[in-house]
Amino acid sequence: MADLATATRNAALTTRGGFAEVVLTPAPAASRLSLRAGADALPGLSAALGVTLPTRPKTSALSGKRHALWLGPDEWLLIDEGEGDLMAAAASSGTLHSSVDVSHRNVAVIVSGPGAEVAINSGCPQDLSLPIFPVGACSRTILGKVEIVLSRIAEDTFRVECWRSFSPYVFGMLSEGAADAGH
Amino acid sequence: MLLIYCPYCEEERSELEFRNAGDAHIVRPANIAEISDEEFEEFFFLRQNPKGLIFERWRHIHGCGRFFNAARDTVSDRFYTTYKAGEPKPDVAAILKGEQDKGAAR
Repeated sequence: MADLATATRNAALTTRGGFAEVVLTPAPAASRLSLRAGADALPGLSAALGVTLPTRPKTSALSGKRHALWLGPDEWLLIDEGEGDLMAAAASSGTLHSSVDVSHRNVAVIVSGPGAEVAINSGCPQDLSLPIFPVGACSRTILGKVEIVLSRIAEDTFRVECWRSFSPYVFGMLSEGAADAGH
Repeated sequence: MLLIYCPYCEEERSELEFRNAGDAHIVRPANIAEISDEEFEEFFFLRQNPKGLIFERWRHIHGCGRFFNAARDTVSDRFYTTYKAGEPKPDVAAILKGEQDKGAAR
């Protein structure tokens, strides 16, 4: 019963003004490509897309406004925040591959601030410390009950990609985590 | 929380990212249309369900998406080793001896 004496209750709207440690921002619209290809298609695809597809686990490549995220041994997520046409670029590579435009399937939340790691770790089991998950690292993983693609774009900034219909849940989970990050 | 080593991600990840996918090293008969009902039942339904060491398929479904194989203890839930799909089945005696040596070292 002693614990009850130290319990605190937050007012319902305490966090409506934002959080001290974490800033959550919906990312601007971007075009996205789900790409599957074998090893022999990689040089052609990399040249056509203008970004070198990474082959090491948990790594990504960045060229201008175009990100290539390693998801699996033959699977990548490409994100273009500019005006580029990813589908046309992939189609022009002349290689055997599978590409699907998933621009409107995913949305992203940018999580930044000194408490970003803590906010994401409130629902994600991965070790997000800098030596293990450095800038540029990316991984498909889970946040609470949903699958996300997590990438670290700066030391204190993460990009959380999730399916569009899951985004209220993801934003809610991150908000709860952000509220706890200051404690 | 269990940590499972994914041979494709080359890293230990939380069990939350994985799904079990049944017994490993079950070979589908090449002449599947010709075998008897009993032989099909043996291939398709019957499993050993051992107490102790078992070889299983696991899938890193919320990670790289790959199937791989694992040697696991059904009593302690301990993962002895994991290896890529298609690689040969590790020697049972070697796994158990390795565990004994580790136990002795502790």
